[in-house]
Order: sequence, then structure tokens, then C-alpha cells
Amino acid sequence: MTTRAMQFRGSLTSREQVAVYEFAWPVVILVPLAAVAIQAFLPVRVRFLPILDLPMMVVIFFAVARRNPISGCITGAIIGLLQDTLAGPAHPIGMYGIADTIIGFAASSLGVKIDVENPGTRFLITYIFFVAHQGIYFGVAHGLLRQSIQWSWSQVALSALANAVVGIVVYGFLDRFKRR
Amino acid sequence: METILGRFRNLIVLAAILFAQIVGLAVQVKRPAQQGDTRLIRVWAVGAITPFEKGVVNTQKFFYNTWHNYIYLRGVRRENRELRAELDRMKLEQVRLKEDAEMARRIQSLLAFKEQHIDSTVAAQVIGTSGSDQSRVLYIDKGSKQGIKNDMAVITPNGVVGKVVQVFPESAQVLPINDQLSGVGVTLTNTRLQGILRGGPNGTTTVQYVMADERVVPGEEVITSGGDRIFPKGLPVGKVVDVKPGRDLFLSIRVSPSSQLDRLEEVLVVTKVMEKPPDVHDLGPIRVSDILAQRLPTLPDKPQVDAAGKPITAQGTSGPQGTPAAGASASSAGTAASGTRPGAPGAASNRGAPGVGTTTRPATATNGLDAAGAAAIGTRTTTGATKPATASSTSTGTAGAAAAVKKPGTTTPTDTETQAPLNGASASPEASPSRASDTAEPKAAKPTEENAPPRNSAPSKPPPDNPQR
Repeated sequence: MTTRAMQFRGSLTSREQVAVYEFAWPVVILVPLAAVAIQAFLPVRVRFLPILDLPMMVVIFFAVARRNPISGCITGAIIGLLQDTLAGPAHPIGMYGIADTIIGFAASSLGVKIDVENPGTRFLITYIFFVAHQGIYFGVAHGLLRQSIQWSWSQVALSALANAVVGIVVYGFLDRFKRR
Repeated sequence: METILGRFRNLIVLAAILFAQIVGLAVQVKRPAQQGDTRLIRVWAVGAITPFEKGVVNTQKFFYNTWHNYIYLRGVRRENRELRAELDRMKLEQVRLKEDAEMARRIQSLLAFKEQHIDSTVAAQVIGTSGSDQSRVLYIDKGSKQGIKNDMAVITPNGVVGKVVQVFPESAQVLPINDQLSGVGVTLTNTRLQGILRGGPNGTTTVQYVMADERVVPGEEVITSGGDRIFPKGLPVGKVVDVKPGRDLFLSIRVSPSSQLDRLEEVLVVTKVMEKPPDVHDLGPIRVSDILAQRLPTLPDKPQVDAAGKPITAQGTSGPQGTPAAGASASSAGTAASGTRPGAPGAASNRGAPGVGTTTRPATATNGLDAAGAAAIGTRTTTGATKPATASSTSTGTAGAAAAVKKPGTTTPTDTETQAPLNGASASPEASPSRASDTAEPKAAKPTEENAPPRNSAPSKPPPDNPQR
């Protein structure tokens, strides 16, 4: 039983304490790698898959499970940079890295405050974080790099919905790797 | 101090990580990777991911092949019958295309053109994508060890896919034509307009830099122009699906790619393109009148009647004033035909193909060969003029001359038979008013202003010192 308990600093949940989970090292290494690989491979066969962002879901999952902001932003940075390396030559390394770093930090900070175990909360945070992720990416691309990419609210909203739905399933699967 | 660091430790770490990445971004923007260079971190990441992808693809392929090649054979016999029928049709089509191809090679040799041939290709499987909606790059399972290099063209039998932009030892990155960074020199087949095909943010492809006053209609085929020195000329790219005004007096021509870019599985990487003059040694002697003769489809023989109403039994179609063209010399018949028929090659080019309505460039009209030659050297021609089998530029008299100058081994009936299906309804005089006037009317021989012989039309006699002979 490696689950630790963390004292709540706020009162956003009725529970006095929330569990802090740990993961085996192979899981910590292989799950992000698998997420990035699946994200890169499946669009070859499944046309709509690029709207999903599996690596971002993994970042959110690890961040809220560990509830440690430093760990969350480091995990986000590593997964984001890995995602960057597979993108095209016009995609500078660091765009996804910055977005995932901020998402990891925010998710773990939120995980300290509220209970993120139930599907409703997971749906909501995935939806919000996906929109935030896209916004950060757009801001970096447009503001820092002057890239001409287009922002479409409808597309982002639909993608966020798809990610939130799939996220519930993914989190349910990844829950099995939590150490109890 | 210690308290402050402890209190804001999380934020300090976050700021440090973000700062490091922003600096990294700035470095990359300031010093972009040189052509052919690949950042080491990309090599590591791709090296870590591609074995997994290759394994999945190979496993999937194994099960797919096992199922489809040994178990699921429903409908194979019917499909086989259909394919055989298709093969028979293709054989007939090949006979006709062979004639056209030989004619084109002769013209190319006259113009000292060099043909581009795809000499060798490497088949590769698509094993991955960027995984991002912002970038549409693909990964293939062949890399530098298999001879893949940067800027090699990637195609499928259906058309162009993209080009290689980064090469790793066991894999390579392909930039498809619908990526925002992609650019391909293209030509619209009918109007011969040239432009640049670019990808859009949503994966659409548009042809840019075509002036707004040009007439482009949906359905027109788009092929590579060869101007980008990456894709060989003439590869299919796609089909025009929408035309609307774009920015700065240019049209925005949306193109549907021939290759299904969102469901690619196997591709061909063009590893070697050869340029060589067309080989015409086995095609026999050549004259301009030969080219014109083969260029112009013949009409089905109609029974000729004299003034008394008796059928004339002379071979070939009649020239001007009812004189059998076969009886006249090739040169004089050709001249007469060119001079008296509105549908002769030069005249046809000047007037534009009836019913097509596209503009014609003067350069084509003064080109004494034909429209295809002008088109090949970059001038734009009429739709009808570029199609050998289009009936709008045909002339009975010239066709008669064609029969007279046929070189041995090339028979007019073959031409007639193979081109007749394409001529279709317009091959009959009743179907087209212009064709009706092209039939052997005696008054057509009068040198009026309208039917005056075009400059640089077919030579009146074969050049005696023609080096091709």
C-alpha cells in the first residue's frame, strides 16, 4: 500500500483527505511512450483520430493522480517534447512542451484542491484543459512564432467534447496502474 | 529568502521549465535546421517510436493478408471476370494510345525535348503520422539505408503524395501535398494554366497564382508541371472541385487530390528520375506532314458521288473540289487542306475549339506543328486543340493528305478505327455545324479571307534535307 494521504488546503470537497498515488517506473516510462506512439500511428488507419490528444490525457492523469505540481509540469514537459519531436519540420520543438507543461502544472494544482476521481469531474477537467491546451498552443504559435494557424471555436469545442468522452475511458484504464 | 523560495517553489520550477523551452524555441527560430540536417532529439524520438509502429503495421498486415489471401475469397471469380474484361478494354485503348505516344515522341524530338522518366522507385509503407492536427507529415518505413534522400518525390499509382523532408536510418518523414508548408508546381490539363498547389489549414489543397480572368471549370485534371524539380512532369495530382475568386486578382482553385491522402498505406518513393531525349529510332522516318497526318483523325469514308450521282470509287477521302487527295501529292494536298479548311490545325488553333470557349494563345497559332507542341513548351492552348481526337480541328482534306503520306506500317484504317470512339458523335458531319462545313464542298477551295492558309502551316513539301529522314 503505497497510497499516501494529503491534507486538503481548501474545502472544495467533502473529503478531508485525498489519496496521492504512485506508479511503477515501467508504467511511468511506457505509458507516455505508448500514448505518443498510438497518437502517431492510429491516424494512419483512423481518419478522425488527430482530434484526440492522448498524450495530453496522460499528462492530466499523472498530474491529478500524483497531485504534485512539480512532478506534473515535468511530466508534461517530457511528454510534450516527445510529441514535438514527431511533428513536422516546421513544428519547432517546444510548442507542445510548453502547453503540456502548463496543463500538467494546472492539473496537479487542481488535483490538490478537488476530488478528481469521479467521471463527471474527469469529463469536466478534460474538457476545460483541452480548450486551455489548444489556447496555449495557439498563443505560442501565433504570438511567439508568428505562425499563421487558424482558431476555430467550433472545432475546438467538438474536439474537447470528444477528448472528454474518450478521456473517461482512458482514465478508467489507467486507474489499473495505480499502486494500492 | 528561504521561506520565499519554499513558498513559491512550484511556480519557480514552472517558470524555469517554461523559460528553458521558450529559449529553445527562440534558438530554433533563429537558427533553423539546415537542409538535410536533423536535430538529434528528433532522431532519438523517431528511433524509439518507429520500431513499435513497424511491429504493429507488420502484425496487422500479416493477419490481413492471411485473411484475405487464404480465407476470405468471396467474389474472387466474379472479380476475375471483370478484370479480364477490363484488360481487353485496356488493350484496345493501348493501341490507340500507342499511336498518340509515338506522335508525341516525334514532336518532342523535333523540339529537342528531354523526357523525364521515373527510373526507379522504392515501395514503402506508411507507419505513422505526426499525431497532430496542425501538421500532416507521414512516416514511412524506409530510410537512408534503403537509399531514401531528402526531396525525393513520393507517389502512388493514383497520383502525387508529397516529398521526403527528413530521413532517418530506418524511416523517413514525408510532407504531403495537403500540408500547409507544401508547394507543388502544377498544370491544369485542359487550359494548360500553371500554378502552385498549396495545402490549407484544414487539409485542403488549392492551386494559387492563376489569374482571375482565366476560365477554369470544376472537373479539370491537375498534373505536375515539373517546374519544382522534385516531381516529374505529368504525374496526376487531382481534380478541380471548386473555383472562386481569391486574393490579389488570383483565383482560388480547390483541388481534390487523386491520392487518398488520409488513408495511405503503401507509397512509392521516386529514387531516380532520368532525363533523356525521346528515343525515336524505332519509329521510322518523320516529316511534319506525317505528324499532321497522324494528328488529324480521319472521317469514316463516305461514298462520293459525282455530278451525275454515280459513286466515285477512288480510295481515300476527297480533297478540295472533289479531287481524291490520295491521287495528289502529299504536299499539295496538305497545303490545300490547310488553306481551305477552317478546321485545319492552324486555323483551329486560331479560332479555338468550338464549344470549348477557352482562350487561345497566339503562339500556338504560329506554331506550325500542332497544339501539343506549343503546350509542351509552356504556351497555353485551346482545350480542343490539345486533344488529338477532338473533332473540332479536323479537316477532311487534310485527312486525305494524311492518307497519302502515311509512312509504311502506319495504316489509316487503324487510325480511323481507334480514334473513332473518341470522336464520337461529333465525328459525323451532322453532329457539328463546323464539321458539316468541313466536308468536301467545292467552294471551300476559294481563297477567302476566312479560310486563307495560316502562316507556318504544314509545309508544302517534305523537307529534302530533313535530318530525321
